[in-house]
Amino acid sequence: MSNNGFEPRIIGFLCNWCTYSAADTAGVSRMEQPPNVDIIRVMCSGRVDPVFILKAFAEGADGVIVSGCHPPGDCHYDSGNYKTFRRMPLVEALLAQYGIEKERFHWGWISGAEAPEWAKLVREFTAQVHALGPLDWKRELESKED
Amino acid sequence: MADKLKLGLYWAASCGGCDIAILELREKILDLDAAADILFWPVAMDFKYKDVEAMPDGHIDVCLFNGAIRTAENEEMAHLLRQKSQVLVAFGSCAHEGCIPGLGNLFDRKSIFERVYLTSPSVDNPDGVLPQTSYQMPEGEVDIPYFYNTVKTLGQVEDVDYFVPGCPPQAPQIWAVIEAILGGNLPPKGSVVGATDKTVCDECEHKREEKCIKKFYRPHEIIPDSEACLFDQGIICAGPATRGGCGALCPSVDMPCRGCYGPPPNVIDQGAALLSAVASVVDADTEEEAARIVGEIVDPVGTFYRFGLPASLLHRRKLEEAE
Repeated sequence: MSNNGFEPRIIGFLCNWCTYSAADTAGVSRMEQPPNVDIIRVMCSGRVDPVFILKAFAEGADGVIVSGCHPPGDCHYDSGNYKTFRRMPLVEALLAQYGIEKERFHWGWISGAEAPEWAKLVREFTAQVHALGPLDWKRELESKED
Repeated sequence: MADKLKLGLYWAASCGGCDIAILELREKILDLDAAADILFWPVAMDFKYKDVEAMPDGHIDVCLFNGAIRTAENEEMAHLLRQKSQVLVAFGSCAHEGCIPGLGNLFDRKSIFERVYLTSPSVDNPDGVLPQTSYQMPEGEVDIPYFYNTVKTLGQVEDVDYFVPGCPPQAPQIWAVIEAILGGNLPPKGSVVGATDKTVCDECEHKREEKCIKKFYRPHEIIPDSEACLFDQGIICAGPATRGGCGALCPSVDMPCRGCYGPPPNVIDQGAALLSAVASVVDADTEEEAARIVGEIVDPVGTFYRFGLPASLLHRRKLEEAE
């Protein structure tokens, strides 16, 4: 990958029971994936407060992933992922108004049995964010301020 | 009284409502006049900036500064009044959080100038004249203040001692703050004063039940029930994400809280908190239904950050390439 040596910094909020488990399996199975995603394990994707996502971008993330258990039925807490799918479309709308490209934010579902899916997402999402270049929110705003 | 309190009041990027709010003290304004000498108050009395410049540093005991920082003039006055005041108070939502002028942070100087001076239907400007910071007149060069891309809060350009929230701050709260100042009974620096530590919901009389919302309404689309919680009726009310202290004025007349007192303590980002509250009441069991219901919310940033965009985590829309 070229883009002046830019390596995207991506924050992934993964639910403990499904996607984190998938990411763990992908790792121990040595599935090929770039090392750009910093994973933060949360107990449930419904635990992801929108402020986590905004703070990630504000403090330098180039992309953010939120991933949990497939609805309906897969959620360890029965309906935590319902909270996720009620909340995330609004986060998407918010980010669009802030001028953050939609390719920098991904939310969805990967079960514990879908490790290859996780590795694929990491590959594709990293490439996608890489193509956009750095977001670098704070410096971006300061350098263009007057 | 030999040592009357020396008070200064200033307005930066604001509507003037905060100054009116001080007049809302009504007859208490006479008590204020008895207890304080007003050294500077552009909206009401004839002072010049040079009068302030001539004061020794720290000469003003308390400066109530309302308005956001939109132009170089606003910022210059923020620095000057900080230097001349012992206590600098960010007075009202604009100085506290950016308020309505802060929604300009969804745009930039170029797009605001284009809209205001060129494309707005009521504008007649055939030569396409835009404001210039410096212009040569026969009498000499005239300067007008530089218009920033980004609206900032007072606290983002200067060291602020206290924050009084509200658009505008409510008169009883203003009086309580003035009494605290006169009595020397001030809380730790950096405190939000003239408000409570709970949310607007805590002061609201409407009755809350389980919220299951299939459709959101804008205030003009529905005649609300005066008993039930407005949020329960599908009207987006910022009460759950807003600091109390106003006495729930808007909900008391069946208008939803708009969020002007800013976030309650321990909430980092008011808009994110309101977004969460809104999403959590949506009654949808499929992704498609949820997306449809929340997709009907017009202007999420303007709704969730109506009074606090400059103070929010992201501050503004991403700027396009530098001019």
